Amino acid sequence: MKTSSILILIGIAAAIGALLMYSVDFSTYDTIATAKEKQGKYVHMIAKLDKSKPIQYDAIKDPNYLSFYAVDSLGGSTQVIYRNTKPAELEQSERVVLKGKMEGNVFECDNILLKCPSKYKDDKKELEKTVTQY
Amino acid sequence: MTYENEHLLPGQIGHFFVLLAFVASIISAISFFKASAVKSDIEKKKWLHLARSIFVIEFLSLLTVFAFVYFICSQHYFEYLYSYKHSSKELEPKYLLACIWEGQEGSFLLWSIWHCVLGSIVIFTAKKREAAVMTVVNVAQFFLILMLLGIYFSGTRIGSNPFMLTRNELAGPIFSQSNYLDLIKDGVGLNVLLRNYWMVIHPPVLFLGFASTIIPVGFAYSSLRSKDWGSWIKPVLPWVLFSGLVLGTGIMMGGKWAYESLSFGGYWAWDPVENASLVPWIILVAGLHCMAIYKSTGNALRAAYLFTILTYLFVLYSTFLTRTGILGDTSVHSFTEAGMAMNVLIGIYVLGITVPVLFMFFKNYSKIPSLEKEENISSREFWMFIGALILFLSAIFIISVTSLPVYNKIFGSNLADPQDREFTYNKVLVLVAIIIGLLTGAIQYFKYKKTGKKYILSKLGWPLGISIFLITLIALFYPIEYFKKGYGFLAAIYLALFATIFSVVANAFYIKTVLKGNLKASGAAIAHLGFTMMIAGMLISSGNKEVISDNSKTGVFIPFDKDPTGRSTENPMENLTLIKGIPTPLGKYTVTYLKDSASPKENNRTFYSLHFVNKDSATGKVLENFILSPDSYRMKDNNLSSNPDTRHYLSHDVFTYVSTISVPNKDADTASFKIHELSVGDSVFFDKGYIVLNGIQKNPNNERYQFQPTDTALAADITLYSKEGTSYKANPALKIQNHQIDFLNDTIITQNVYLQFAGIAQGNKFKIGIKESKKLTDFITLKAYVFPYINLVWAGLIIMAAGFLVSLLQRAKAAKWMAILSICFVILALTYLFLFANA
Repeated sequence: MKTSSILILIGIAAAIGALLMYSVDFSTYDTIATAKEKQGKYVHMIAKLDKSKPIQYDAIKDPNYLSFYAVDSLGGSTQVIYRNTKPAELEQSERVVLKGKMEGNVFECDNILLKCPSKYKDDKKELEKTVTQY
Repeated sequence: MTYENEHLLPGQIGHFFVLLAFVASIISAISFFKASAVKSDIEKKKWLHLARSIFVIEFLSLLTVFAFVYFICSQHYFEYLYSYKHSSKELEPKYLLACIWEGQEGSFLLWSIWHCVLGSIVIFTAKKREAAVMTVVNVAQFFLILMLLGIYFSGTRIGSNPFMLTRNELAGPIFSQSNYLDLIKDGVGLNVLLRNYWMVIHPPVLFLGFASTIIPVGFAYSSLRSKDWGSWIKPVLPWVLFSGLVLGTGIMMGGKWAYESLSFGGYWAWDPVENASLVPWIILVAGLHCMAIYKSTGNALRAAYLFTILTYLFVLYSTFLTRTGILGDTSVHSFTEAGMAMNVLIGIYVLGITVPVLFMFFKNYSKIPSLEKEENISSREFWMFIGALILFLSAIFIISVTSLPVYNKIFGSNLADPQDREFTYNKVLVLVAIIIGLLTGAIQYFKYKKTGKKYILSKLGWPLGISIFLITLIALFYPIEYFKKGYGFLAAIYLALFATIFSVVANAFYIKTVLKGNLKASGAAIAHLGFTMMIAGMLISSGNKEVISDNSKTGVFIPFDKDPTGRSTENPMENLTLIKGIPTPLGKYTVTYLKDSASPKENNRTFYSLHFVNKDSATGKVLENFILSPDSYRMKDNNLSSNPDTRHYLSHDVFTYVSTISVPNKDADTASFKIHELSVGDSVFFDKGYIVLNGIQKNPNNERYQFQPTDTALAADITLYSKEGTSYKANPALKIQNHQIDFLNDTIITQNVYLQFAGIAQGNKFKIGIKESKKLTDFITLKAYVFPYINLVWAGLIIMAAGFLVSLLQRAKAAKWMAILSICFVILALTYLFLFANA
């Protein structure tokens, strides 16, 4: 095969690749305040569980309904509804990434990623916590 | 201060051998380089001899290091941070190996040991290329062992070695006491998610795959240095096939692990860590096809070089992605921030090997021979090259999307994963599957250089006809019901299914009609058959995957909580609550949560015994009757980790896992009656169903109450309808005697419900109290899926692995008995692991 035709093929490949990348509808990381501005848009909201407000979850009532409040360091606060079971580590989590959409004053969440001490034992600070308990 | 009870000797010896291995890797690299550079044969022999001896020392040192890491972990010497972090006393012995490669240091150690094993084979087999290949291997070893070094260089620690002491690494008040070891009760231990036999098998296989990709780079380097262009292809082919076999199997072992023991609900989630291991494999396969083209026609040599180097580049890039913590929030199983120094080291490793070889490649690019003639469109090589290019393209697409966190880091943007990550990949790769299916099916029949139209048509007629027939059967009798992404995507799934079925049939025909059943020559056809069968299995099992615990389908459960946004939700309700002892419909099954039992071996692990019955609705005959025992781990800090249990059938799997468990409530029954005011005929909902107040009787005289007409007593006639569809009668009563109200409560034990007639309200209404005791309720919530024809995926993988192996043995000219033996072994081992180990 000629070098020129290889180059053409690779050029076509790169063009297809660029088009494909363009087709991916990336979401964004947001704070509670910016998520509220983007009503109805799918975002990744970085926040913390508000431990001063109640977590509502009763598997006997409805295993697919969890409601809690999230806050962030910028002072934002919102109710979060997650139509799934409560992640067992929720109360222990240090930080949560909530994927979903802000609908009015409620964040409709379809996925929760937790940052938990136990999962992150490579983290030195977390490891130090385990020895200070003794 | 002197500390009590520390065992410092093993660590000192271990660290010494790390340093020895490091120095040996440098000397070995230099002497192998010298051996490849010097002209005189006597000199060459001398250098080679030295290099080999030093390499043996390096190998033995690393094995010793491994033995000592194992020792400190198995002895629970928590004075060592590595042992404290990864081992614990409750850990079963079989997980000791797993806890070694859980950590960064252990897995680098494993990787470097594999380098040594493969390097030893190179020394015995590579002949004149030995010195050059081993130079590259030892340079890689230098970088890997550098990361295990743990010595200070002008204030910065280079690498981290597994023998660091806990008291030096962590700050804590206990370390000011000389007896701190007595205070540390137990190590942190292996993450419970990883306590699985796959954690023992999957990492070594995957790392062997990763480690093996250095060898082809070594061969490419040797030819670039000696300017002896095409002759490296023949000896490198067995190595590339080996990498394809081991890496491919290792990746799917990860998929099988995720499927059977992690609650991801599937075998592939397009997680960045999964993608990072898949991409090098795809490029490797693309390179393999270019090598095959070169061997037969002399074309595509440049692409073979490029893909070989890029494979290794992407192996290292994926190491970079998963080890530096850059993936952070996007991956469920990423490592965390390893520290700046470590990140720089990994970065240097990525660039240190690939950049020089890439530079040599581009410098010599114009000298590498290529045929300056157009390929015929009816030639096999033309389409093989197109296929390789498509594979390469899809690899680039996957890694481009996966690298999102890297763009964020570089450009400071805040982009995140798309809403439906899986669909983002699937919608592109389903098209790739169509093309790859058609190419792998048809191109085998093409001949190199030029093929007659008639020949192709005559050969492809039958496979085409059969696969059209099969896809029609599927469409009619077992249609793919994946409507949620629209008809366009559904059509693409059908096309991909057709293409892959066509490929399976065409390759089977090819083995029979063209190769006349000569298995020795049919490695490629077998591998293609297996690969496309695996893809077909993925299309069917994922396309028709069914959530049977979907509440909205089973209709068991109506959410009573009003949605605060006031709109109806379309989210699937995938979790189903099972109350102990109460049969609940689940798909075509009725499932009863019978009991839970603690694991005899492991603390905090509970098995939930779930009885599944499937009855024929017309005759009542029991069609299926089995017990599944998914389990859950409750960790010290209340974290819950679930392991699924799966009922395997030839045609489908019933897959269940526990998503929530009831927390044993040690407090007394603190629930109180909730009073509702009802008129006769009214109903009121409560958590487990609803009650209807049928009527009120004055001074009833029946089986239950024998009131006299002179009494002042009222009894309520209540029917309770539970959410399981059962109904119960209850008669709480109220009696006034001596100016005192006497409540005669009624209970419905199976429902843990207490009913009270609490009084009379205004407007002909009665006060009925409902109390639900939470004390007695044991429940779990369950997710359950049916994966149809999942066995096609595993069977396809095994066949593909066998195909790789057949080609490998043929290219390596293995003796017949050895070939048969190793094929049998691999097929048996994989069949056991993938189909029977967990069944």
